[in-house]
Parts: sequence; C-alpha cells; structure tokens
Amino acid sequence: MRTLNRYLLPALLLVASSVHALEFSEVQAAKSSLVFGYQQMRVPLTGTFTRFAIQARFDPAKPAAAQARIDIDLSSIDTGNSDADEEMPGKLWFNTKQFPTGQFVSSSIKALGGNRYEAQGKLTLKGKTLDVTAPFTFRQEGANAIFDGSFKLNRLDYAIGEGLWADIATLANEVSITFHFVASSKK
Amino acid sequence: MATPHRYTTLAIALHWMVAALIFCAFPLGLYMSDLKLSPLKLQLVSYHKWLGVTIFLLVLLRLVWRATHTPPALPASIAAWQQRAAHGLHHLLYVLMLGIPVSGWLMSSAKGVPVVYLGLVRLPDLLSKDKALGNALQTLHASLNYVLLALVFLHIAAALKHQFVDRDDTLSRMLPPLKRKS
Ligand code: HEM
Ligand code: HEM
Repeated sequence: MRTLNRYLLPALLLVASSVHALEFSEVQAAKSSLVFGYQQMRVPLTGTFTRFAIQARFDPAKPAAAQARIDIDLSSIDTGNSDADEEMPGKLWFNTKQFPTGQFVSSSIKALGGNRYEAQGKLTLKGKTLDVTAPFTFRQEGANAIFDGSFKLNRLDYAIGEGLWADIATLANEVSITFHFVASSKK
Repeated sequence: MATPHRYTTLAIALHWMVAALIFCAFPLGLYMSDLKLSPLKLQLVSYHKWLGVTIFLLVLLRLVWRATHTPPALPASIAAWQQRAAHGLHHLLYVLMLGIPVSGWLMSSAKGVPVVYLGLVRLPDLLSKDKALGNALQTLHASLNYVLLALVFLHIAAALKHQFVDRDDTLSRMLPPLKRKS
C-alpha cells in the first residue's frame, strides 16, 4: 500500500495532468464532415455542407471549459441533386443572399460518462436563433481527437423550405444533423 | 387435347392490368420529368416508381404463367411469318416490360435515391451513387420507353387489323367478349 501511494499515485497524477494539457483546437476541415439527413416521400436521403469553419477548444478532462463555434457557408450545400442545389440559395430555402452563414455557438459542454459528452448551444439559421442540444462522443486516435455526434431539428422552426415547400408530408420537417470533426492539439 | 381458344382468365387479367398501368406510368413519366422541382414533382416521381415496381411484379407473375402454360394457338388462317413476328414481338415486349422498370430502379440507385415501394418497403440499392451513370441510365430509361411506345403501337395496330380487317378471332383470345359467333 505504501509503495502504491509512493509510486503509483504520482504516476497517475502525472498521466492525468498530461491529459489536461491536451487541448484540441486545430480542426482539420478536410477530414471533417457535416451531413444532414431527411425524408422525402419516406425515402431517406442525405446531403452535406462542404464548407464550414470551426473554432473549438476541447480538453476531455475539463469539458466545462470547452467551447465550440461553427460557421457554415450555407451556399456550400450539396443535396446530391443539381436541381435541388439550385433551389437552396433561394428565398424559400436558405436565402443565402441575406443569410450567407449559419452558426452554432456552444454555451455549455458537459460530460455524460464514458466517452460521451453533450454540447448545448445556439444554432442560428436564416436569422433565427434556437437552442439545440447535441450529444457527441470523443475519441483519440494518434495525435487527433475525433468528435462524432448528431442532433435533430425541425426545418420549419427556421423557416427553411417555406411556401409550397412547407408541405411536410412530402418533405419531412425533421432533419438530422450528423457531424464528424477531426482536430489535433496545438503544439 | 383441343387447344384452347383463349388465354386463361388469369393471363387475361394480368395482360390488361399491366397494359392499363403502363398507360398510366408512361404519360406520368413524360409529364413529371418536365416539371420544375416542386413537392408535386416529388410526389409524382414517387407514384411513378410505385407504378413501375407494380408493373415489374405483375410481369414477373406473367412470366410464371408463361412458363407453366402454352398460349392458345393463333387462328390457322394467319400466315406462318406473321405468327413468328407476333411471337417475336411478344418476347420483345416482355424484355421491355422488365428492362424498363429495372433501368428505372438502376437510375434511382445511381442517383443516390433509394426506391421505397409504396413508402413502405425499401428496395435494395442496385448501384452505388454515380452521377454520370445516373444520367446515362436516365437516357436509357427514356430510350427504352420510346422503343416500347413504338412496339406497343405495332402490337395494337396488329390486334386491330385482325379484328377489323381480317375479322378473325385473334383479339377475342385476349378479350373474350369479342368472340365471334361461328
Ligand atoms: C414499365 C414501367 C415504367 C414506365 C412505362 C416508365 C416510363 C417512363 C417515362 C416515359 C419517363 C419519361 C422519360 C423522359 O422522356 O425523360 C420516365 C421517367 C422516369 N422514370 Fe420511369 N417508367 C417505368 C418504371 C420506372 C421505375 C420502376 C422507376 C424507378 C424505380 C422509374 C423511374 C423514373 C424516373 C426517376 C424518371 C424521371 C427521370 C427524370 O426526368 O428525372 N420508372 N419513366
Ligand atoms: C402497354 C400495352 C400492352 C402490352 C405491353 C402488351 C403486351 C402483350 C404481350 C406480352 C402479349 C403476349 C402474351 C403471351 O402470349 O404471353 C400480348 C398479347 C395480346 N395483346 Fe397485348 N399488350 C398491350 C396492350 C394491348 C392492347 C391495347 C391490345 C388491344 C387493342 C392488346 C391485344 C393483345 C392481344 C389480342 C393479344 C394476344 C395476341 C396473341 O396471342 O398473338 N394488347 N400483349
């Protein structure tokens, strides 16, 4: 027991403090993805936003101090269908002339146990700001941290797809957002 | 054993059901593909796919029927080459009635849109997403449809010729109420 206290405990503390020092803040855009999923006539479909900027600080030992801000270039939407891509910047959809970017700004991040965390924050799209809660997992792969998570929103809460497109029997209201962010720690 | 003078009731029912559905799916396909993107277009495209898959299933049934039955002999008055032409045409029609829905299904898969039959049953994706291939299959789907249009036109013209020019019992084999009294 004494040896344990004398050697193991300091060793553990050392490991713990070195984990502390690892703060992941350099997001690697090329390895990260932002995917949205929805249903059209009960057919599950997905699309992506190809351009987004992330500023984040995450230390798994101190989730409460973590922060994230994501700016999405809404004109970078790729629905997989060129006709739909042409529609998206329009007034009924994202109205990108007036609202070129969408933002997520975290207000709090908490640990849920294991490698699971939960980010709460404000999502702004098309001039409307609403609270969202996004559970995510964190894992370390070599020098990189990988964040995977998803949450759901109702597109009509943000007036995305107005007028004739508000028909949710054809195009579901619920949209899932799935993110995969890869970040490395600042040297 | 006397050869029957008409198709069985099941074969007749399938023939007319499939013909009626094709007469819906075809103009619907033409109409919807010219619409600009709207919820209506998305609905019509879905209905078109459901119709097309229904046709595909009914044609599979027809092939089971064909494999287990011999079609009634044509009136002996019809020249041998005409009988061969009719059979050749029927085979081509079967090929198209299967090939067109399959090309539509392949097109959907290549475009990254799964086919969910009646909004309930998700069919497997036959291809992975590939835009160029999707567009090529769209052209194929449309072209096969124009071939079908021409052949069905011939098929109908032949049926009408037998009915009104030759005045034989060909059409009544598929439409028994027209049977002539002999
Ligand atoms: C025998 C059954 C079918 C018939 C007669 C048929 C007929 C047609 C016709 C005439 C068109 C318009 C072609 C053009 O000029 O552009 C069309 C388009 C189309 N068909 Fe079919 N079709 C059938 C089955 C299917 C099936 C099973 C599917 C998918 C599962 C399908 C998917 C489509 C799609 C997606 C288009 C529209 C392409 C576009 O313009 O975006 N069809 N069909
Ligand atoms: C989309 C439309 C149609 C398709 C795809 C179609 C297809 C076929 C096929 C494949 C057969 C051969 C059945 C067999 O022996 O297994 C057949 C027989 C026949 N069809 Fe059609 N048909 C269509 C519409 C029509 C119409 C509108 C008529 C009448 C005006 C018609 C009259 C007949 C007759 C009389 C036969 C029996 C002919 C014979 O055995 O030589 N069909 N049809």
